[in-house]
Amino acid sequence: MSARYGMVIDLDRCTGCGSCMMACASENNVPPLPQATARTGLTPMLVRKASNGMDGAARREVFIPIMCMHCEHDTPCVKVCPQQAVEVDKATGIVMQMPQRCLGCRYCMTACPYHARYFNWWDPAWPAGMEKSLNPGVAARMRGVVEKCNMCHARLHSAKEKAAAAGKREIDPADYVPACVEACPTGAIRFGNLADPNDAASQESRSPEAFRLLARIGTEPKVYYKSKEAWVRALAESKSGSGSETKRSEVQHG
Amino acid sequence: MASATLTDSRWIARGEERTSLSRFLLWLAPWTVLLALGVYAAGLCLYFGLNQTNLDNRFAFGLWIFLDLGVIALGAGAFFTGFLVYILKRAELRPILNTAVVVGFICYSGAVGILGIDVGQPLRFWFTFWHPNTHSMLTEVTFCITCYLLVLCLEYIPILLRNRQLRKVPSMLVFEHQLHKLVPVLAGVGTLLSFFHQGSLGGLYGVLRGRPFAFRQGLFIWPSTFFLFILSAIATGPSFLMLVTATVEKVTGRRLVPQEVFRRLAFISGVLLAIYVAAKSIDTLIWLNVTSPSVGFAPWQYYMYKPFGTPILFVEIVLLGLVPAFLLTYRKTAMRRGWLLTAAGLACAGVLLNRFVLTVQTLAVPTLPFDEFLQYAPSWQEVASFGGVTAYGVIVYSLSYRYLPMFASPKGENTHVSGD
Repeated sequence: MSARYGMVIDLDRCTGCGSCMMACASENNVPPLPQATARTGLTPMLVRKASNGMDGAARREVFIPIMCMHCEHDTPCVKVCPQQAVEVDKATGIVMQMPQRCLGCRYCMTACPYHARYFNWWDPAWPAGMEKSLNPGVAARMRGVVEKCNMCHARLHSAKEKAAAAGKREIDPADYVPACVEACPTGAIRFGNLADPNDAASQESRSPEAFRLLARIGTEPKVYYKSKEAWVRALAESKSGSGSETKRSEVQHG
Repeated sequence: MASATLTDSRWIARGEERTSLSRFLLWLAPWTVLLALGVYAAGLCLYFGLNQTNLDNRFAFGLWIFLDLGVIALGAGAFFTGFLVYILKRAELRPILNTAVVVGFICYSGAVGILGIDVGQPLRFWFTFWHPNTHSMLTEVTFCITCYLLVLCLEYIPILLRNRQLRKVPSMLVFEHQLHKLVPVLAGVGTLLSFFHQGSLGGLYGVLRGRPFAFRQGLFIWPSTFFLFILSAIATGPSFLMLVTATVEKVTGRRLVPQEVFRRLAFISGVLLAIYVAAKSIDTLIWLNVTSPSVGFAPWQYYMYKPFGTPILFVEIVLLGLVPAFLLTYRKTAMRRGWLLTAAGLACAGVLLNRFVLTVQTLAVPTLPFDEFLQYAPSWQEVASFGGVTAYGVIVYSLSYRYLPMFASPKGENTHVSGD
């Protein structure tokens, strides 16, 4: 049975602490890259900030974790990659990146409306001794290739191996939880199988408070956001750049 | 004594006058320095990686991709002239054919060279042939550009083999003769390949659903930019050929092709440019009123950032489109060389602006509602690499002009080797 793994992120709960970013980097052997800037770093999970554009007491802000949205329809990055280094896994719905096949042309980065793909501008390097803390289940990516969130695919592999060892065909949902979900101290990120109507994430994705960024583009992203605040939900339909003076965003460095 | 030995007259076609070797070397010297600087910059990028550039995760494409699109559009004169001469039998354009091939070869080989630096893993270039994604416009571009560069090499070789010394080698002469028979076939193949890769270069942007500024609807699998790129390339390719030839005539102080060839090229260029401007205008109106609003983006959003305001649309469509189309086709201006070349320059600038807008503005304009307008300025390594490609082009053209029959007579005889 094929799954549609996705997430629902409760923005009202997100404090912008950056734990998800740190957990993601640690799980996926993302090198620290002290020489990187906000636009050249590797942040498969990136917490950004937006405001309602008001000043003083009326000002409201929200933190928005951005990662690969695992678009389901007409997936922009999959369609453009010239050598099939990106694909949608039909069994999971996860958009997979194969760094070993990537040419580094960066066409997929241009195609992604969420800017959720990152290029390895430098050779991966870790401070002396830190390499001992690397995750042995995840290969470090070489310089010159693109990477992105793969929903902690190594954890999915582990869950599959565990299920196979127990003689089961299906994994136990509790065995497959991405690092960012696990690390969030407020439980703002809910992960699950959107194809399963009984799954909590699936149910939340259908809540009236749920929305998706740039939904009108029509790529059917599988990452949903949720908020009780109408102005936050309006971000989904907000005209891009409408008043860059009024909706400022800032990158939060975890 | 030294000047007596410093000569290359044996290599120059008999009856042709060329400047002295020392003056020629002096002309080449600054270009060689620029080429060396470009090679050094490219070497830095290949050795240390693309962190040597000012590209980043948001501006993943920059100066190099803009230049690739630009030179490939301007180099379209090669296939289009071949198409006109061999397929449509416009023999009056034959004098410009060799120079068209050399210009095309320079443009395409330069573009491929830059692409080799621009990708993060250049040694994996063959993966595209081994694991092709047939849905990707970039796959089509890679296949067609590679094949077309081979075609251009095959078209360039007969010109190369007509060098005075090489003609003395019987086997070379036979090879050149046999290869020359293939040229009409190559022109046909080149036309087909160019048609697709020029279009697919436009398609690269038109299919970007996630970039509403670039996204276009179209026919079947092809977005409208596919057809607009073909039209703009075949419209401005002949103009660029006129500019190159006029520049060479200015530098050498010689009249190399009959004025009639210029007028013919100008008329073709002007008519095609007028058709392009009409198509581009219709496409822009559909995009602004239908395509973009349908995905939630109001057209005014794209033009609220300086320097990409609405004037850029006016400049691209009217000033660098409609105006040169008129100047190139209107009899009174087309008869005057100054107007002709001005119009050709405007047309070439127009196609470059179009490629710039699609490459840079597409990435600069925000897509996410909480994003901001982005800026990018190329690093010196990017600029120097471009300078290196320019220098490479000038050097190859200069060497070709000096030692090869670049301008043939309308009947197909090579005026430069007539005395041979």
